[in-house]
Amino acid sequence: MDAVTQSATAPAFPRLGQPAPPFQAETTHGTLRLEDFKGSWLILFSHPADFTPVCTTEFIEFAKIAPELRHRGVELLGLSIDSTYSHIAWVRNIEQHFKVTIPFPVIADLNKEVATLYGMIMPGESKTEASRCVFIIDPNQVVRAMIYYPLTTGRNMDEILRLIDALQTTDKHGVATPANWRPGDQVIIPPPKTIEAAAERTEMPGITCTDWYFAKKDLPK
Amino acid sequence: MPCVKPDGTLEPMAQAIVRALRAPRTVEGVCEHLRLPLYRVRSTMRELCEAGLVAESDGVYGLTDSGRRRVEQMP
Repeated sequence: MDAVTQSATAPAFPRLGQPAPPFQAETTHGTLRLEDFKGSWLILFSHPADFTPVCTTEFIEFAKIAPELRHRGVELLGLSIDSTYSHIAWVRNIEQHFKVTIPFPVIADLNKEVATLYGMIMPGESKTEASRCVFIIDPNQVVRAMIYYPLTTGRNMDEILRLIDALQTTDKHGVATPANWRPGDQVIIPPPKTIEAAAERTEMPGITCTDWYFAKKDLPK
Repeated sequence: MPCVKPDGTLEPMAQAIVRALRAPRTVEGVCEHLRLPLYRVRSTMRELCEAGLVAESDGVYGLTDSGRRRVEQMP
C-alpha cells in the first residue's frame, strides 16, 4: 500500500493541540455530548471491560481521586464497549464489595462509535475491547495529552494528577515543567528564540540559569 | 429521552432541575443552586427543552406552561 492510499484510508485519530472529536453517547448519567463539558477540563478514559479485575482497581482509584480532580475543575468520563445495564451492575457491584461510589458517568459504547473515533481499539491487543486510553481535554475542548496503556497494566493515578497540575501550571504561568515535576518545584522558562534574548537570559535576575537555553524559576506561592 | 421515564414521570435529576427552575436561572445558576456539575445540568436541560418543559431566553432558563403543570403534579 503506498503512502497516498494509506493516508486516504487511515482513520483520523485525535492529535495533541487539535479539537477533540465531538460525540454524543449514552452513559450511566444519561445522554451526554462532548460539548456538555465545555468550560471544564475533561479526562476521557477507556477500559477493556466491566467486571474485570484490573479495570475494577482502576475504577476504584479514579473514584478516589475524583474529589481532587473536581477541586482542579476536572471531570471524569469513562468508556467501554459494554451496555449501560452492565455498567450499572458493575458500578453497584463495586459499591457493594469495595464500599466505593463511582461518581462519574461511563459511556456505553456498544457500537464502538466513540472508541473508534478516539482510536481506543488496538487490534493487535483486542478487536473487541478498548485499551486503557486517557485523553485530557481542556476547557476549550482541545486535546492536551494522551496516555495509552496495554490491557494488562493498570494506570497510575498520581501521574494523571501530576499531568493535570503540569498542564494547568503551563496555562496559568506560560512555563514548561521538567521531568518528574511536582507542584512547588521550579519550572522551566521557555528557551529564548533570538540571540539578544539568549544574552539577556544569562543576566536575568531571580532565576536559576545554568546556560542560556536552560533556566528555571520558582513560581509565586 | 432518558430524563422522562416511559410512564411520563421525570427522572430524579430532571425533577430537581424543574423544581429549581420555578425561579428562572442560568445553567451556572442551576449548578450552583443544586451543587451539580455543569455537564449534568447542561445535558438534562437540553432534554427538558426538547420535552417542551423548559425554554431558554437569552441564556436564562424557565418553565413553560407544560413544565409548570408538571411541577404542580409532582409529589
